[in-house]
Amino acid sequence: MTATGTFTPRPGAAPIGRMIAAQTAFETRILLRNGEQLLLTVVIPALLLVLFSSVPVVDTGTGSRVDFLAPGVLALAVMSTAFTGQAIATGFERRYGVLKRLGASPLPRWALMTAKTGAVLLTEALQVTLLTVIALALGWSPQGSPLTVAALLLLGTAAFSGLGLLMAGTLRAEATLAAANLVFLLLLIGGGVVVPLDRFPDGAAAVLGLLPISALSEGLRDVLQDGAGVPWQQLGILAVWAVLGLGAAARFFKWE
Amino acid sequence: MQNSPAVEVVGLVKRYGAKTAVDGLDLQVARGTLTAVLGPNGAGKTTTIETCEGYRRPDAGTVRVLGLDPVADAGRLRPRIGVMLQSGGIYSSARAEEMLRHTAKLHAHPVDPALLVERLGLGSCGRTPYRRLSGGQQQRLSLAMAVVGRPELVFLDEPTAGLDPQARHATWELVRELRADGVTVVLTTHSMQEAEELADDVAIIDGGRVIAHGSPEELCRGGAEDTLRFSGRPGLDLDSLLKALPPGSAASETGPGNYRVEGEVNPQMLATVTSWCAQHSVMPERIAVERRTLEDVFLDLTGKELRA
Repeated sequence: MTATGTFTPRPGAAPIGRMIAAQTAFETRILLRNGEQLLLTVVIPALLLVLFSSVPVVDTGTGSRVDFLAPGVLALAVMSTAFTGQAIATGFERRYGVLKRLGASPLPRWALMTAKTGAVLLTEALQVTLLTVIALALGWSPQGSPLTVAALLLLGTAAFSGLGLLMAGTLRAEATLAAANLVFLLLLIGGGVVVPLDRFPDGAAAVLGLLPISALSEGLRDVLQDGAGVPWQQLGILAVWAVLGLGAAARFFKWE
Repeated sequence: MQNSPAVEVVGLVKRYGAKTAVDGLDLQVARGTLTAVLGPNGAGKTTTIETCEGYRRPDAGTVRVLGLDPVADAGRLRPRIGVMLQSGGIYSSARAEEMLRHTAKLHAHPVDPALLVERLGLGSCGRTPYRRLSGGQQQRLSLAMAVVGRPELVFLDEPTAGLDPQARHATWELVRELRADGVTVVLTTHSMQEAEELADDVAIIDGGRVIAHGSPEELCRGGAEDTLRFSGRPGLDLDSLLKALPPGSAASETGPGNYRVEGEVNPQMLATVTSWCAQHSVMPERIAVERRTLEDVFLDLTGKELRA
């Protein structure tokens, strides 16, 4: 075999910004390609919004149903992508050695996590846009400051990402798949998404109100439905979940 | 730094709980060479390779790769090495070509992915998701990902396991080209033929230690177990032949008219046998010299019984 020069060593990592951009784009493509994921992140929130806005299945209190439902469905969209979707995808990536193989690539771990977060945020931006368009078509009239809404969505994403990654990095992939879906379903019902928390007994409502999904959906509702200022209590609950979840994930995450 | 060996492992020990996977292993790989690491299942091959790749921390001993500590200097080492895991490592819904193109983007001066796709015959399955590729296609994609970044050193863990003969030859061609272009290659294999075809150096590992190390020729020459076979008239008296041969040689009639002489086969020995035949008016037919193969060496060293 004579040398052709094709493989003459010329090693080197791409610039860090380019690696993160490439990895973010790649992770987003992979995420959106997954059929079950799309069902969870797009179809279910959109269906809930359309169905429950048009048909009085649940008593949403006074005011228009879409004004109550839109903030809850936005919270659900964040949970589906940052928590359920990310937990399942990352769990299987760990199981199939994808994270291990990436560990030997020039991409540092922190850059991989940055890219994963970027992919989650890009997906959420698509979800929020789509759901907003549907809600507006259904007669939604949002109130409040967009900045406060963005702060709630970002803190909610951080809280759910921490919990999703904690699950993906510690449980077997199949266990993560089952648990993440179950949690999604339970929180959909008990987290103030479509059923107002005040429909539950007082004691239960107080406990449910401490869940990240309730904090996010109630916080968004305070702003978007009632035009409230900054919902400090809900932001505080989300911040505590974010610190606990991300801290535990950083501490206990097993890469292989 | 440039003069340090590509890989230098000294006294490596790695335990998993009570089990010692690697037990005082030494291995040195010179730059620009191709080393094959051979050994039965569970010998410690993958643990050794993965320690060099920075995945495992040694319990004792030192490991230096391109002069760097694979764990402490991981950030500086990773861009310079290529890694092919024994299995997996790829997003199950990623398409073959898309995955390779993405891997190329993580490197500063990658090989053109299209070239690798063509060389490794991945063109026909370029748009197929990883989970639907055949085992051989998955292996070849994984190999392409290991070399696309133009590394100085590649670790290939069983690169041809499960490949059909065509794919195996395509892989061998690529590995030879890497070597010719100055890339240091360390590969593990069960295939003696692969080691003989490709390697400058062979390290045979068993029980977590290197039990033999050298070029394939050196290893095969190691024992004096070569064989000379010939056929002639049945029922020859071999005692006089044995007297003419150096002490320690053996001769037997393996079947009517088929003879086997064991010992160090050299021109002198061949001359002794043929002149003995001439003295006995025997026309030796089908004279054949059988060298020890790497497989004989391997089985001699590691035993023939099956491992649990």
